Amino acid sequence: MTNKEDDLQNMSGFEEQLKSQAANLKDLVDSGDISEALKVIADLNATRDQSLYQEVGRLTRTLHESIRNFHIDTAGQSDGQDDLSKIDDASDRLSYVVDMTNKAANRTLDLVEESMPIASEMKEEASILKSDWGKLRRREMKPDEFRLLYKRMDLFLDKLSKQSDQVYRNLSDILLAQDFQDLTGQVIKRVTGLVQEVEENLVSLVTMAGKVDQITGTVHEGFEKEQQQEDIERGEGPQMHAEERVDVVSSQDDVDDLLSSLGF
Amino acid sequence: MKILVVDDFSTMRRIIKNLLRDLGFTNADEADDGNTALPMLQTGKYDFLVTDWNMPGMTGIDLLRAVRADDSLKSLPVLMVTAEAKRDQIVAAAQAGVNGYVVKPFTAAVLKEKIDKIFERIDS
Repeated sequence: MTNKEDDLQNMSGFEEQLKSQAANLKDLVDSGDISEALKVIADLNATRDQSLYQEVGRLTRTLHESIRNFHIDTAGQSDGQDDLSKIDDASDRLSYVVDMTNKAANRTLDLVEESMPIASEMKEEASILKSDWGKLRRREMKPDEFRLLYKRMDLFLDKLSKQSDQVYRNLSDILLAQDFQDLTGQVIKRVTGLVQEVEENLVSLVTMAGKVDQITGTVHEGFEKEQQQEDIERGEGPQMHAEERVDVVSSQDDVDDLLSSLGF
Repeated sequence: MKILVVDDFSTMRRIIKNLLRDLGFTNADEADDGNTALPMLQTGKYDFLVTDWNMPGMTGIDLLRAVRADDSLKSLPVLMVTAEAKRDQIVAAAQAGVNGYVVKPFTAAVLKEKIDKIFERIDS
């Protein structure tokens, strides 16, 4: 039996009892048998509490199991005992994602910062040679200058081949630094799976609690607005599906339009 | 021209610093949230502030408000570079006195355009 069917049965069982006992209760009160009436009320309460406790207990177990079942097999590091409890939880896995992306980003930035001066050095040297070469082509070069150019060209070609090798190597290392996507993708998919599982369980708990609220007549209010203001102040991070939402800008152009409408 | 770049992610700070260097701003320092940034700004050494919004400790919007509330800093130009993209947030930043707002992910061209625009306004 699935959780939801179970829920429904639990709840409808209680509701049915409530319905059948209500008439009974009315009769008892009408006939003046107060002590029997109180007994019925106590019975109803007990049934309600019991189904709630059962449900909460079951959901707690499911949650616990979901979290415990959340293992990852990256490079078989589960060599035993204590490691499991340390590594096997979602926040550790997400820290792993942060570490991996951080490492890849820094590696890429290192290589880019290393390659940029090489590229600009090659460009500078080439443009000097180009102007000298132009002189030669226009036959404006003196023999001394030519000897210098000759040497310089030799050095440049030598350097060019070394430096382009270096740039090529850096580019291919940048390529390799993107391999984190595969690993972090796997981890994130697993975390998403866990979150979904937890959410499903929570939804049935909330549904259950809602039903109980309905029966006990409890009303909750006043959370949402405060929460929203708080979110704006703290920030929410990147927006998903920005194109489909009206309260979110989807591009820098939107930002510019909004700001200019405010007189910027 | 000395610039302070505030972001909780070191890679983002590096990216922004690299882009700034390409734009000719070679003198930039870093801070990882508002609490670290504010005392640095109060030394009076900085001419321009680039800040993220969402940071642990003091957020970018609070830093902006603190800067505007400080007599010695209130005219410091501030560019917000952030993933926060709600209209309400952009309006809040504008009301708090931001000079420019760039949403992540952004390009070098956009960053340059906004910085140029800020300095154009200050100079005019």
